Amino acid sequence: MFEYAPAPESRSVVDIAGSYGLFIDGEFDGGKDGNVLKTVNPATEEVLAEISVAGPEDIDRAVAAARRAFGTWSALPGAERAKYLFRIARIIQERSRELAVLESLDNGKPIRESRDVDLPLVAAHFFYYAGWADKLAYAGFGPDPKPLGVAGQVIPWNFPLLMLAWKIAPALATGNTVVLKPAETTPLSALFFADVCRQAELPPGVVNIVTGAGDTGAYLVEHPDVSKVAFTGSTEVGREIARSVAGTGKRLTLELGGKAANIVFDDAPIDQAVEGIVNGIFFNQGHVCCAGSRLLVQESIAEELLTSLKRRMATLRVGDPLDKNTDIGAINSAAQLARIKELSDIGAAEGAERWSPECPLPDRGFWFAPTIFTGVTQAHRIAREEIFGPVLSVLTFRTPDEAVAKANNTPYGLSAGIWTEKGSRILAVADKLRAGVVWANTFNKFDPASPFGGYKESGYGREGGRHGLEAYLA
Amino acid sequence: MPKSVKSPAPEPGRLTVRKTYKLYIGGKFPRSESGRTFVVDGDNVSLASRKDARDAVLAARAAQPKWAAATAYNRGQVLYRIAEMLEARRAEFTALGVSDSELSAAVDRWVWYAGWSDKIAQVAGGANPVAGPFFNISAPEPTGVVAVVAPGSLLGLVSVIAPAIVTGNTVVVLAAGPQIAISLAEVLATSDVPGGVVNLLTGRYAETAPWLAAHDDVNALDLTGVEHEELAAELERAAAGSLKRVIRPQAAIDFTADPGLRPMTALLETKTVWHPKGY
Amino acid sequence: MTVTASAGLSDLRSFLHGLPGVDKVGVEARAAALATRSIKTSSKAKAIDLAIRMVDLTTLEGADTPGKVRALCAKARRPDPADASCPPVAAICVYPAMVKVAAEALAGSGVHLASVATAFPSGQAPLEVKLADTRDAVAAGADEIDMVISRGAFLAGDYRHVFDEIVAVKEACGGAHLKVILETGELGTYDNIRRASWLAMLAGADFIKTSTGKVAVNATLPITLVMLEAVRDFRERHGRIIGVKPAGGIKTTKDAIKYLVLINETVGDEWLDPDRFRFGASSLLNDLLMQRTKLTTGHYAGPDYFTLD
Repeated sequence: MFEYAPAPESRSVVDIAGSYGLFIDGEFDGGKDGNVLKTVNPATEEVLAEISVAGPEDIDRAVAAARRAFGTWSALPGAERAKYLFRIARIIQERSRELAVLESLDNGKPIRESRDVDLPLVAAHFFYYAGWADKLAYAGFGPDPKPLGVAGQVIPWNFPLLMLAWKIAPALATGNTVVLKPAETTPLSALFFADVCRQAELPPGVVNIVTGAGDTGAYLVEHPDVSKVAFTGSTEVGREIARSVAGTGKRLTLELGGKAANIVFDDAPIDQAVEGIVNGIFFNQGHVCCAGSRLLVQESIAEELLTSLKRRMATLRVGDPLDKNTDIGAINSAAQLARIKELSDIGAAEGAERWSPECPLPDRGFWFAPTIFTGVTQAHRIAREEIFGPVLSVLTFRTPDEAVAKANNTPYGLSAGIWTEKGSRILAVADKLRAGVVWANTFNKFDPASPFGGYKESGYGREGGRHGLEAYLA
Repeated sequence: MPKSVKSPAPEPGRLTVRKTYKLYIGGKFPRSESGRTFVVDGDNVSLASRKDARDAVLAARAAQPKWAAATAYNRGQVLYRIAEMLEARRAEFTALGVSDSELSAAVDRWVWYAGWSDKIAQVAGGANPVAGPFFNISAPEPTGVVAVVAPGSLLGLVSVIAPAIVTGNTVVVLAAGPQIAISLAEVLATSDVPGGVVNLLTGRYAETAPWLAAHDDVNALDLTGVEHEELAAELERAAAGSLKRVIRPQAAIDFTADPGLRPMTALLETKTVWHPKGY
Repeated sequence: MTVTASAGLSDLRSFLHGLPGVDKVGVEARAAALATRSIKTSSKAKAIDLAIRMVDLTTLEGADTPGKVRALCAKARRPDPADASCPPVAAICVYPAMVKVAAEALAGSGVHLASVATAFPSGQAPLEVKLADTRDAVAAGADEIDMVISRGAFLAGDYRHVFDEIVAVKEACGGAHLKVILETGELGTYDNIRRASWLAMLAGADFIKTSTGKVAVNATLPITLVMLEAVRDFRERHGRIIGVKPAGGIKTTKDAIKYLVLINETVGDEWLDPDRFRFGASSLLNDLLMQRTKLTTGHYAGPDYFTLD
């Protein structure tokens, strides 16, 4: 066998401080009540830094700073706001290797992905919305659309910097100011982004970063002077937020969980479909809300497809996220690992057949081998609940109608995949799927120009594209 | 205009080195094949011939498919890079007599168009709800090679080049104000703009423009810089031969105003694709 | 399914058209992703030696002379005269007229001798001429024949014609191994490349080879990926292992290593063997030698330190 020698990306491009404060009104300072939490490298369990936990007073200060900045920021000509965002985009491009390494350290995702997917998309997102800042009159929301005010934004740990970009870029382009809370397990890239804002000489208060856990997020979301709430995360928390925002008049967008069907018809380009299935569920350790976690394969080719899929899975390289040849990195946290293990055990207990390739896992850190379950039916919990890990449930179908019915038979509706060489089938199936993003003969593709968001309990509102402006405009 | 404008306060005892203003074709700076020059503000400037125009069209045509096939994001990055490089070369244009405010407007104009690269299709195209089981979508595509008879000012020049190339057209520009135009070409040449996307000829409109207007491998003709009514009409007639799209502003353009979509959409074709839907 | 020599045209057509399609964007993305693998230090050293052992050192020029071919054979036997640990290449690849010279120069070396035949590179000659070409090359000492398929016939849908030609050439080869050049750059689509691969394998090819090196598009990673998938699937169905030879345009060590990664992660180590995989190349060898020297000396080498041939 052709063994690849370790090819680690250099850690020296990123300089992580021992502790970080909150970024409020253009300055870093500690939280008022002095609480901290530790963020760890999930691949080694090494503590990377201590992070301040923002309490209610801190949130007050952050929202007040954002409110003060809103007046001048929203009054700036769009072309001037645009140039700030272009600057930010450029600085991110220039610092992208540093930020990619940081993201892999804090999140556990492979450097290949943070380098080739996350960071390029982050920069592109800022470029894209930079361009809208002086073109809002052309966006189809009226001749002179207005910003809302202060946006309170809470983002998840699976794509920390990318989710930040999805939130901050459109908010700023449209003239809003923001208070953003990154996830408690992955706060570092947002704090580095604060430094990018300073480098870009963004006026103080336009972007504020507050760190902490669920309570911090709740204070922010519930703050009376927040005009707009944007949340990406679990459906359960999304439901809580929708309840707490109800009746306040705040605008709300939610990007929540999913249980996407990846439908493979018998005339699919098989080798590419296998790649799409692998990318659909094992990309980013399966920590992807739009992951293709349910494989619906036409029964007539199920055996052949599974053979190919298993053969392909055997080549996946699990391990050190900073190794340039790693395909699957670390599970983000002990809690998430426990959740994945629990649901996988339930899958096995409910009678589905579990399979993983031979796959040595490191001793320290949080790891889970890529796993598929065959013989899964709609009644299995692993076919209904979001696992948010590298675990694929395989179901079969006989006809397009059955595929559509099974695909839609879920409270979620974020994404779906269709694999067939027949164009008319793609379009007809796509029409019938109740999902916000449908990929045909590809999967997990993202672009700043393309709107993203769910149907049903996968949330509401769209991020990205022209549509993504709407959530931030009155 | 006195030479001193371009050669401010040389050090005593040192003779300044002057720039030679040549044409810009296919990413290179050749002299006119005719060997001719004309004198503008004391500089000898290449006087483009019909054969230079022909060469420029060849270069533009050769560059067009690849430029159009570049992603919109990539073209936007290139245009933004032009803005960066133009901003960095302010002093050079100031020395040519361009005002600060015009320079700023020219830089910002590149930024404005850079942003349009990946948005124009979202504004000018879209899904069409036809009555039947069909997917139907319209998307804009560049018309091809555009010949531009350009206005003389820097802002005017930028305002005709940028909307043409941002969508994937390539251009052959006849420029008045040759020093400014060639200095802009030098900005373009150092801004990741692929050779042949912008080709710039300095010379006499009346001599060269008719050759471009009648050229069968030119798809569109922008007459914004033609002040002489009769020449404009003659060029429009020549353009009719191969049914070129013609831009002929009916009133003087205020280049400082929001340009709107027209400068881009006038140089776009709309392509509509039908596809049945059914299992 | 098995296609026998007696199978009708319609069987062959329906079989080839029934193969799963290849999505262009997907296959190119997969090849590009594999090309980002980072092969360093000890793996790189191993990969370089393996790649040297896989080179079909090629000269296919109208200007080839006995002197040129002898020099190339000397290089094939001992690519790096300064380093005895450097392995020889897999084979020399020459025109039929040069086979005799090459056979003498390679005698006893273990380096294989390949000859292009069958009216290389166009294939536009009567079958009898192609067969004579093949027999002559084998008689003169070639133990590998690189034939070209009739792309015209393939593109016209005359699969039977292509099939029969390969069968006939295979027979004319006697004991020599047959590499079938698909000239993928002229086939237009990945679907066609997959079909042509299967056609050649069903007709008896020992190797399938991408290109003559004489057209605009030669070997690429995604084309080779499609061919590797074909030999993998063929092996699964028929149990026979067919080799793959990308040719043309592979010039650097970096390129060569990408191909080895492609093999490693799609068909596995059975194909990481000079009997199953070859590089049709000429300038590649010197770059491999330079990189090899860099690894042993620790500093960058220059082209003047390696022999020209």
